[in-house]
Amino acid sequence: MTEKKDTKVKKVAIICAKASIEDVYATLVMANGAVMEGMEAKVFFTFFGLDAITKKYMMKLHTATVGNPGMRMPGGLPFPTLLGLIPGVEAGVSAMMRSQMNQLDIPPVDEFLDMITAGGGEIYACKLAMDMFKLEKKDLSDHVIDVLTIGEFYNMAGGEGSQIIFT
Amino acid sequence: MAQKTYAGVTVEVTDDGYMIDSSKWNEEIAKEIAKEENIELTDKHFAVIKFIRQNESGLTIRKVGNSGIVDIKGFYALFPGGPLKMSSKIAGIKKPTSCV
Repeated sequence: MTEKKDTKVKKVAIICAKASIEDVYATLVMANGAVMEGMEAKVFFTFFGLDAITKKYMMKLHTATVGNPGMRMPGGLPFPTLLGLIPGVEAGVSAMMRSQMNQLDIPPVDEFLDMITAGGGEIYACKLAMDMFKLEKKDLSDHVIDVLTIGEFYNMAGGEGSQIIFT
Repeated sequence: MAQKTYAGVTVEVTDDGYMIDSSKWNEEIAKEIAKEENIELTDKHFAVIKFIRQNESGLTIRKVGNSGIVDIKGFYALFPGGPLKMSSKIAGIKKPTSCV
């Protein structure tokens, strides 16, 4: 029998490519959870994930009310997709998600980034996606350390006990 | 479950070292647990520990950061390598279950 040997996770490199509340928060919770455990955490925001670190959009993230099979009405009934098309519904649902999270002491995006960076976590933006969306470093939150290519990010993600996570 | 002797008092602790009965805790015990984690406790540490003991349920890093005693960066500096877990252990309370 081979001996089982566990290597502890020491570093996580997380890539976030989507802008919905749930995708961004999955990323933020994982990054913060890592620094809370004393691990290194590096986060790379790319494509629509850039919204989470763009000053103009970071506090206005939405959750999709159309094409989201997990979506339910309060009480648990299925949420009709057509209802999600009505103007204002997505904003209302998103506001409700944010208020529910606040009750659980899950902070808004800017404060969450404060928490992660205070614990030594590092935030990066994707150069290619920045060019695509015509964004400049000054459009991004001050939490962002640098704008990198994916290759540069990979080069930071190595070492024993390192994991790369894509959300 | 295991037993440990801190400052001449034998206490029951969980397998990962958290005291089971927080009422047996005192500052001398805290100093010895901290020593095991290579932390020398200062008045600032004790101020945080006091806050943590008073706010045991629903404790989060964010709450400690909003306590007015220490900001989050300072909290990480006081208890390096997992501040919420380490401070809870030293404060003699249960292992925190929060993800934030």
